[in-house]
Amino acid sequence: MASVPISWFLTLSAVLFALGVAGFLFRRNIITVFMSIELMLNAVNLSFVTFAYQFKKVDGHLLALFVMVVAAAEAAVGLAIILTVFKRRPSLDIDDVNSMKN
Amino acid sequence: MDVILFLVFALFAVACAINVVVQRHPITSAISLIGVMASLAVLYLLLGAEFIAAAQVIVYAGAIMVLFVFVIMLLNAGAELRSGRSLMAQALGVPLLAALLGIVAFFVQRLFPRETTTHFGGFTGGGAKEVGRALFTTYLLPFEATSILILIAIVGAIVLAHKELD
Repeated sequence: MASVPISWFLTLSAVLFALGVAGFLFRRNIITVFMSIELMLNAVNLSFVTFAYQFKKVDGHLLALFVMVVAAAEAAVGLAIILTVFKRRPSLDIDDVNSMKN
Repeated sequence: MDVILFLVFALFAVACAINVVVQRHPITSAISLIGVMASLAVLYLLLGAEFIAAAQVIVYAGAIMVLFVFVIMLLNAGAELRSGRSLMAQALGVPLLAALLGIVAFFVQRLFPRETTTHFGGFTGGGAKEVGRALFTTYLLPFEATSILILIAIVGAIVLAHKELD
């Protein structure tokens, strides 16, 4: 039976995580930056589920579930913050939000 | 069969993830991110994580991305006018990312040789029954903590979104 090496799953997870970091570093749109964070969380979830398979334990699935819950809470609060910032200054450019810098 | 399914959906996930990063319009990024999440759900099914695959589709693709798309529509977000961050971030970011990816790939290949493989049906303890039992016995305290976390997030989101500006 043809089977997939476990390192392929982990490498895919690393590639998705790196793409998330790239989006976080190089994009200016605050919503795209936020979606890159979600991409990184998804990549880590794939690692958790892969290790759950490797060790034949359900604990990794629970960790992935908790990551999903935290991601949902983070999305709700983060998007509310984006709405509040947008009400004050109508721009989505992340470099324009610098009032705490100086 | 497993290899074909893995390759198809892994390549689809990577292509969608690249699309998330390079697209200038946020709504295109959001649709691509839904593609990443859907293909990851298929990979979870390959690894025997039935409950997590269902939760991935329902919670991530169903709830969180709807929230994102709703905010994009509400803010009437258009394409970025200027793209690219500071020169420093670009000059340092690309080599550091390449180094991170190389180190992770190296250690993954070292730790997990090609003999450790997965096949569909190799792990069947990921259904709703097993996950639920572990959730309400071993992980009862974290589960209760997440319920409080969600309550705090709801209250925080409402307070933030309703705040009157002075």
